[in-house]
Amino acid sequence: MNIEQLDFYTQAILSMAALVGLTSFLMLGQGRLLRLIFVFALQGFLLTLTTALAAYSLNNHHLYISAVLTLVLKVVFIPWMLRRQVLQMNMHRDIEALKNNTVVMLGGASLMVFSYYVLHPIVQSSSVVMLNALAVSLSVMLLGMLLMISHRQAIAHVVGFMSIENGLFFAAIVATNGMPMVVELGVAFDVLVAAVLFGIFFFHIRTSIDSLDVDLLNKLHEVDK
Amino acid sequence: MIAAYLVLLIPLIGIVFFALAGHREDTGKLNIRFNAVCFLATIWLAINVLNQGTIVSSEKAFLIDPFNVYLIVLTAFVGLTTSIFSSPYMEHEKEIGKLSDGRLKLYHSMFQGFMLAMYLVLTTNNMGIMWVAMEGATLATVLLVSLYRTPESIEAAWKYFILCGVGIAQALFGTILLYYAAVQIGDGENALLWSVLYENATQLNPEILEIGFVFLLIGYGTKIGLVPLHNWLPDAHSEGPTPMSAVLSGLLLNDALYAVVRNKMLVDGATHSNMAGYLMMGFGLLSFLVAAILLHRQKDIKRLFSYSSIEHMGLMTFSFGIGGPLATFAALLHMTVHSLTKSAIFVTVGHAAQLAGTQKIDQMRGLIKTQPKIGWGLLIGTISIAGFPPFGVFTSEFLVLLATMHSYPWLTLPLLVGIGIAFAGLFRHIQPMVYGERPENQKPISANLWPVMIHLALVLWLGLAIPGFLANWFSQATLLISGSTPL
Amino acid sequence: MNWLIAVLQTTLFVVLAPLLAGWVKWCKCRLQNRKAPSLFQPYRDLLKLTNKQPVVAEQASWIFLIAPYIIFSATVLAATVVPLIAVDLPTSASADVIVMVGFFAFARFFLALAGLDIGTAFGGMGSSREMTISSLAEPAMLMAIFTLTMTASTTNLSFAITHVLNEGLVLRPSFVFALAALTLVAVAETGRIPVDNPATHLELTMIHEAMILEYSGRHLALIEWASQLKLMLYGVLIANIFFPWGIAETFSIQALGYGLLAIIGKLALLAVFLAIAETLFAKMRLFRVQEYLSFAYLLGLLGLLSHIILEAAR
Repeated sequence: MNIEQLDFYTQAILSMAALVGLTSFLMLGQGRLLRLIFVFALQGFLLTLTTALAAYSLNNHHLYISAVLTLVLKVVFIPWMLRRQVLQMNMHRDIEALKNNTVVMLGGASLMVFSYYVLHPIVQSSSVVMLNALAVSLSVMLLGMLLMISHRQAIAHVVGFMSIENGLFFAAIVATNGMPMVVELGVAFDVLVAAVLFGIFFFHIRTSIDSLDVDLLNKLHEVDK
Repeated sequence: MIAAYLVLLIPLIGIVFFALAGHREDTGKLNIRFNAVCFLATIWLAINVLNQGTIVSSEKAFLIDPFNVYLIVLTAFVGLTTSIFSSPYMEHEKEIGKLSDGRLKLYHSMFQGFMLAMYLVLTTNNMGIMWVAMEGATLATVLLVSLYRTPESIEAAWKYFILCGVGIAQALFGTILLYYAAVQIGDGENALLWSVLYENATQLNPEILEIGFVFLLIGYGTKIGLVPLHNWLPDAHSEGPTPMSAVLSGLLLNDALYAVVRNKMLVDGATHSNMAGYLMMGFGLLSFLVAAILLHRQKDIKRLFSYSSIEHMGLMTFSFGIGGPLATFAALLHMTVHSLTKSAIFVTVGHAAQLAGTQKIDQMRGLIKTQPKIGWGLLIGTISIAGFPPFGVFTSEFLVLLATMHSYPWLTLPLLVGIGIAFAGLFRHIQPMVYGERPENQKPISANLWPVMIHLALVLWLGLAIPGFLANWFSQATLLISGSTPL
Repeated sequence: MNWLIAVLQTTLFVVLAPLLAGWVKWCKCRLQNRKAPSLFQPYRDLLKLTNKQPVVAEQASWIFLIAPYIIFSATVLAATVVPLIAVDLPTSASADVIVMVGFFAFARFFLALAGLDIGTAFGGMGSSREMTISSLAEPAMLMAIFTLTMTASTTNLSFAITHVLNEGLVLRPSFVFALAALTLVAVAETGRIPVDNPATHLELTMIHEAMILEYSGRHLALIEWASQLKLMLYGVLIANIFFPWGIAETFSIQALGYGLLAIIGKLALLAVFLAIAETLFAKMRLFRVQEYLSFAYLLGLLGLLSHIILEAAR
């Protein structure tokens, strides 16, 4: 099975999978919060397109509903909420100086190789073509975690968290053509509530330590001093 | 079946009611009444299961079998007693100015939300919904951990949110892999139902399930509090209000372990290596030892007992990992008695902290002299959790040691050493607190210690003589989990 | 017959390169609302320089004197390997794509040496900057090229392009990444904005120009021609690797004619994009070139990874 032998829709889905992976890398290198939120919205949009393409080419109608859910939640609502908070808290002028940009990017590339290695036995034993993108979805998840580790601003942590959910959603689409509808709705509801709670949290953290730099949240220790 | 729906419906009504009604004079008592009605519903459910055996709802959405029925009753019971404790406790907190009406409204409605999530985890047959409910439990409690709005509590709540959120995302990936393995053997709509998966477990692809189980263990293991994913636990348990610590320790950790064991049953059916068991044993033993050692360095009494929770959850995970019938029976018993004892301890600790005005161990002295009930409650609770006979924890730990000696004799030594270290750590801190010199201006407070006494009495009873129906359920659950009975 | 076509292609490369440079300049001028010089002005410039006597400093060594010839010949050798209007070249069989990169490196090496030769400060500065940029750009370019060669399972450029041509319109993720990487690297290697401004007069901002400050006469003509040839080479690489339709697979006059028209059209379009990009973007500060090239390397690496993960046969 080479890519030349696949039909155009599967090729397009695989290409968009690669682009989703690219947006994860782009997020790793962003120092400005507004741009980070924009790239996250772009990732959500690419995911919506992929879902819609998969729905069309597999004739699976409840994937359309998933696509609309993703669009509303991950492309419109959550970026809008985060953007509003960034502007309200006047953080759009701060630039986070990322110290080891190149090292982080190369670390991201090795995470992609690692996720391919972990999922290789599963992908080998299947005849479903789109499953190749499962490695991309796991790497989107791992890159979301890397984003959380390498940034100090709390908003970047939330974007990383939502990006992990993006990766999971993508994995569900690729491996199983979407989870059962009731589970999808439950997950979407959880993500929505989590986003709202994060918003409330930013307000509390800001009130408490007067900045959103989570490195300053360090009063509790593993072993009390 | 109506009983099961009732169990889920009552907390749902509770959430809406408390959110809309706001905080009034009798909110605490209303909370108690909601929980009491729910407890009665769970008893009705248990009687149904006693008579009919496993109940599966229509469309197979809910499943009540011997493994989760006693956990459901336990959840309702601990919820009830904690709400009995929390009613005067939270009023007192409001009086001394730490909380406001708005926050108490949030507290009560999220309490019901948490109970709903717990019941949903236990009763659902759909692995995806189980995940949704676990995440829902995190979301319901995250605002409660930061209820006091101090910088430390906000930090603890943030840590809890991020760590548990990211951890649970791994579990979702594991669930997706599980679904993928299930879809391979046909079925589509029913592929995430546990009962269907369990019946067809031998046909599932073992490689996929092994990789999926690693993710599931890491994910739900974060919520259990396995080392090295435990960092949120001491902070969340110590910074939140005491009733929250009691339910988190007593209920949430249990439910996460329940989720892991359900998945382990599927993995064991599919693969024929004991990989799931080894992983659980490894993480469990590591948690047990690390927590036992870290107990010594704690200066805050709630952190001390939350490390004790990590230690016991590690022991339970280890025991489920060993997998044989004796070890599984021991682990099931341990889940029950630990839940009862730990919630009782946290209730007592809450009162002790109110008495002394602080949570720092160094500043709490002379509890027995000031208010004997609290002092003795704390002492007996600690004795119980440390594993003294004739309390239930001793019985279950003894059974775990027996099982280990039977299957992996060389692991008995670390276990014994760990139990000893934990014992020393707990008593080293408790003894000056309970017996020391009484400071001048400590006055007794009004405290309702009935929950504590009931819990400890139950633990004592379970240690001496397990009632017939409970032993029967344990045996059936053991049969389900490990494939043979312990007799 | 094949060798004849190869010689014809190389001649076309050498002859058309200044025309491409003239076209790029024409587009830039029009975008900046200036009156543009004629398209054939670069030819006149080269002729003028050739007729002048070169002025060489006293301290210059033999390297300074032979460097222009080496640079020009190495670039022309690289041009023989790249298919311009026809694939199936005999030169591609004897030198593959890695050798082509080697030719570029060879030329660059001597250019840097020439910059250092006289001992002026600007020359040394230009050489060190050029070497920094190329040390980062070469791996990125190789990554992008490897993506192509792994798809086609050969490093022979002719065979690789034939392979891609015969597959029809296939949307590959690895090619998307490789195209982006190669474009970024091409801009860096040919010394265009945003890496280096080819029209600057300020020595401290120069990279390529700084190395050739001391050259004059026919030496300068050869070096200028070589850099125009390099620009055309990168353009042809991008156009023919990723959009190879129109290139001649047989050697009939008709096919060759179509091939010529196709490549002229593609190069003209690429030049317009280059002009737009040069007008829109500002030159980056030197320390940011490293980030830019790391990003190009990352894109190349992602292309390679996408190929292995998403496309390769199982």
